[in-house]
Amino acid sequence: MSLINWVDRRFPATKVWNEHLAEYYAPKNFNFWYFFGSLALLVLVNQIVTGVWLAMAYKPSAAEAFASVEYIMRDMDYGWLIRYLHSTGASAFFVVVYLHMFRGLIYGSYREPRELVWIIGLVIYLIMMATAFFGYLLPWGQMSYWGAQVIVNLFAAVPFVGEDLSVWIRGDYVISDATLNRFFALHFLLPFVLAALVFIHIVALHKVGSNNPDGIEIKQNKDEQGIPKDGIRFHPYYTVKDTVGVGVFLIFFTAVVFFWPDVGGLFLEAPNFEPANPLKTPEHIAPVWYFTPFYAMLRAIPPMFGSQFPGVLVMFASILILFALPWLDRSPVKSIRYKGGIFKFAITLFAISFVILGYLGMIPSTRVILGLEASFWAQIFTGLYFLFFILMPWYSRLNQAQPVPERVTA
Amino acid sequence: MPEEGVNLQKRRFLTTTTAVVGAVGAGFAAVPFIANWQPSQRARAAGAPEEADISGLAAGGLLRVKWRGKVCWIVRRTPQQVSELQALDSQLADPNSLASRQPVYCTNPHRSIKPDYFVAIGICTHLGCSPTFRPEVGPADLGADWQGGFYCPCHGSKFDMAGRVYAGVPAPTNLEIPPHRYLSDDVILIGTDGGDA
Repeated sequence: MSLINWVDRRFPATKVWNEHLAEYYAPKNFNFWYFFGSLALLVLVNQIVTGVWLAMAYKPSAAEAFASVEYIMRDMDYGWLIRYLHSTGASAFFVVVYLHMFRGLIYGSYREPRELVWIIGLVIYLIMMATAFFGYLLPWGQMSYWGAQVIVNLFAAVPFVGEDLSVWIRGDYVISDATLNRFFALHFLLPFVLAALVFIHIVALHKVGSNNPDGIEIKQNKDEQGIPKDGIRFHPYYTVKDTVGVGVFLIFFTAVVFFWPDVGGLFLEAPNFEPANPLKTPEHIAPVWYFTPFYAMLRAIPPMFGSQFPGVLVMFASILILFALPWLDRSPVKSIRYKGGIFKFAITLFAISFVILGYLGMIPSTRVILGLEASFWAQIFTGLYFLFFILMPWYSRLNQAQPVPERVTA
Repeated sequence: MPEEGVNLQKRRFLTTTTAVVGAVGAGFAAVPFIANWQPSQRARAAGAPEEADISGLAAGGLLRVKWRGKVCWIVRRTPQQVSELQALDSQLADPNSLASRQPVYCTNPHRSIKPDYFVAIGICTHLGCSPTFRPEVGPADLGADWQGGFYCPCHGSKFDMAGRVYAGVPAPTNLEIPPHRYLSDDVILIGTDGGDA
């Protein structure tokens, strides 16, 4: 009796291995867009490992935090490497997740029967944003401090209970030691919540099966053994293919870590090399690049009825509307390959709007571009961002779809 | 388990009541965890009033003091700055401070106890950045009309020398004024006014 038999009678090791790897049949036509899921998992592992190591030397107190980060950078062996892996990893996480989400958008991976895969993915994205936000306070630099001040004050804009809510979140009347300490605890906790949600995301995916660039269901074409004709075993085929993707990713990732860790102020912002000063706001503050599209939307909305709550509402709505996506798309086909010009135009406009909003969120809102203030342009592109979703039930139906093939194409 | 002889109605009643009592218990158990996030006794004590010595403050100058961890400004306005305040009323969102937060004794045209000394919390009413003190008249970046005041670098809100917000900027209301009183001509106590205003 082999060891594995002994284990299998007590724990379904072989069963799980087969169900999710060796006998999980994935469509054989995956292209490069399909690397980003496994890359996101890789970056999550990187964040957890480097994060735990950083936590061994970091001091979550207002008096010591900034100095302890500098201590890690200067006095600990390879401390600089572990910290840069972590700070670059944060941005890399958002890069791969944005590409992963865009893949879902173009190939219709959010459509029936994958609505829950999409929704669980969005919850992962929300928790990721919360984790990144908590983590950004920890170096206790000027940008950490004032960034957190602005974001926590978003909650103060909630009518009636806002003021008390923001005091409750901070544990003080301003961002202080109490806030830093609890944000550290939450920043440590949430990645493990993420890991659990990733597991649920994969279980949901393996229940319905992976979508593919043709947007057709490979389970509808099975051979005599009940195996999809267009499916190949995830292991070893895609595990090996993903390894190549990891290699290419690491070339870019380590190039940034070693040669350009601040990416000219995009990944690590200049004011954050100055310790937090509650008495002085930096000349220009902006969140890290991955939050700037939403920040631009927040700033685009002027105060109404003596409150900035409408802007806050629009910002949260821009993310929440993604949850409705599976029910907004009424196209008879899933993949962009068989959708018509209207959809291709709409999604191009959407992607461009998102990138431009990202740029607008980084610059002062009063800067003049092409004769008009940045906040005006932000209003235009916020409108386009929302129209992509709001008009989708109509244009996706009007859209002239092409016939979908029976089997996947090369 | 055989269902015969089982009083299903009684079983459902017991299941429901147990679940309800359990939920109420969970709700009570959550209270300490939620209340734990409130400011601690130490943080509340740090909200004690703060004394500020203004004897060294020159006309046109600004003094920063910390109260409850927030930055408080004391500005000594020049007579010219005080006299120009009313001319700005038409450009402001809330010139008479009706929708803004200040003690009753500061709900006046100059928003202060003494016309020349202006006390305010130096935190933008938009999203909490600390505006920059820009007393100069007509600087290049703020325009020739600028009569001096405060400019928030985060989102471009503008306030005049009485902390009154200009119309058309992100901040919805005037800068908040903390309760305060004069202990003598040279000392201001910020955080309490002796009354309950």
